Amino acid sequence: MNSEAKRAAVRIEVNGRLYHRLVEPRLTLADFLREELGLTGTHLGCEHGVCGACSVLLDGDPVRSCCIFAVQADGSAVTTVEGLAPARGELSPLQDAFCEKHALQCGYCTPGMLVACHALVQNTPHPTAAQVREAISGNLCRCTGYQQIVDAVLHATGQGAEESHG
Amino acid sequence: MRRDYSSRSVKITALSPAPESSTIPGVKAAPFDYVRAEDEAQALELLDQHGAEAKLIAGGQSLVPMMAMRLVRPALLIDINRLAGLKTVQHEADRVRMGAGRRQRDVELDAELGARLPLVTKGLCLVGHIQTRNRGTVGGSLVHGDPSAELPLAALVLGATLHLRGKAGERSVEAAEFFLGPMFTAVGETECLSAIDWPVWRGARLGSAFDEISIRHGDFAMASAACQLALDDAGVCRRASLGLGGVGGTPLAFPELAAQLVGQRINAEAAREVANAAAKGCDPGDDIHASAPYRRHLAALLAERVLRRAADCAATDGVIQ
Repeated sequence: MNSEAKRAAVRIEVNGRLYHRLVEPRLTLADFLREELGLTGTHLGCEHGVCGACSVLLDGDPVRSCCIFAVQADGSAVTTVEGLAPARGELSPLQDAFCEKHALQCGYCTPGMLVACHALVQNTPHPTAAQVREAISGNLCRCTGYQQIVDAVLHATGQGAEESHG
Repeated sequence: MRRDYSSRSVKITALSPAPESSTIPGVKAAPFDYVRAEDEAQALELLDQHGAEAKLIAGGQSLVPMMAMRLVRPALLIDINRLAGLKTVQHEADRVRMGAGRRQRDVELDAELGARLPLVTKGLCLVGHIQTRNRGTVGGSLVHGDPSAELPLAALVLGATLHLRGKAGERSVEAAEFFLGPMFTAVGETECLSAIDWPVWRGARLGSAFDEISIRHGDFAMASAACQLALDDAGVCRRASLGLGGVGGTPLAFPELAAQLVGQRINAEAAREVANAAAKGCDPGDDIHASAPYRRHLAALLAERVLRRAADCAATDGVIQ
């Protein structure tokens, strides 16, 4: 095998900052973020495209960073959970609503949930409960706290949580 | 013939630690060289040189997990994501020619495609999740050839034509000849699916329906069904196509059964008769999620449902330009 695969130079903008790195082609974008940049907010669950914990925005669209190689993201802009807050020490309205509505238990799925919901709200500022469920359908929460996550998004986007029940 | 569709359990077995330890923590795929193709000619040239050692990558939503599990270990990965020529959409009177590299999400959100190819849009809404459709391509799903995937079923039901390109030249394959077995299609080792011609049904009241049963939304279907019908102004069926997915080694179409519907009004009885006959004609496999008899039961139920829904759809809002 070509165990000495050629490293490739990549330039990837992450949360508004441009990073230059030399990477092995087999390095996933998720591992690039965590291992090369130390941005460990992006979580890895299954590492084969099932759980959604590693969701990030790639040029504005939510994708699974475990199913993209870092070399493929060369020249792209990535937003991770660390880039959702308006400033250091602050929370985005969605993050605030997640606290308010207890939308996390163990917290493992939370970065992926926040990224998926952030993308939803950017395109659909006032989503219905069904739209929120569709947006997070690719994100597994094994504490099964989905109801509070839906409540939190509706809370942040100005709709009553009660309509999401039943 | 009994086939094994327990791909999920195969995958879990494959998750045991890789034999060789990697030098970078967290790296899962075996090492490979990577080339981002500048144009289609370069991609085809590299494919021709490296043959089975090379693999094209488009959306990668099936390929990257398979590489992570080391079920696939290409020595060379040829990235065709940035080839603009593979992403075009051309509308013609009786067909849409779609570049194979078009992202699934882009097709799903395209209102004009939704009006002209409603079955494709309805099927796409059931493909994975928004995160995977943002990367996954239409052509990638077709060449992957999963027997329970939605786009192969839509291609078969609509009678799509798939255009393959290699260094030596081009050829076209009808959907009915394209899917050869589970994850096995007519694409040669040194070929690339470049475009898909989707036929547009015109001049009639059009109705389509796509439905499936899966454990969770976005999972691979245990069984799926798709139907497109054209009715005349009197409500009589003039053209019909029906297919089933997840209940054989490839998606299945039933042209003879669908032809029985032509010339009649599609009521519940007619739909049930055709649906039951279609379900009898498939040979589903067993796995941990569904037994073969249960899959056949789902096939009958879904086939009846899509026939009735497509007929209702044609009767109510099926007028197309």
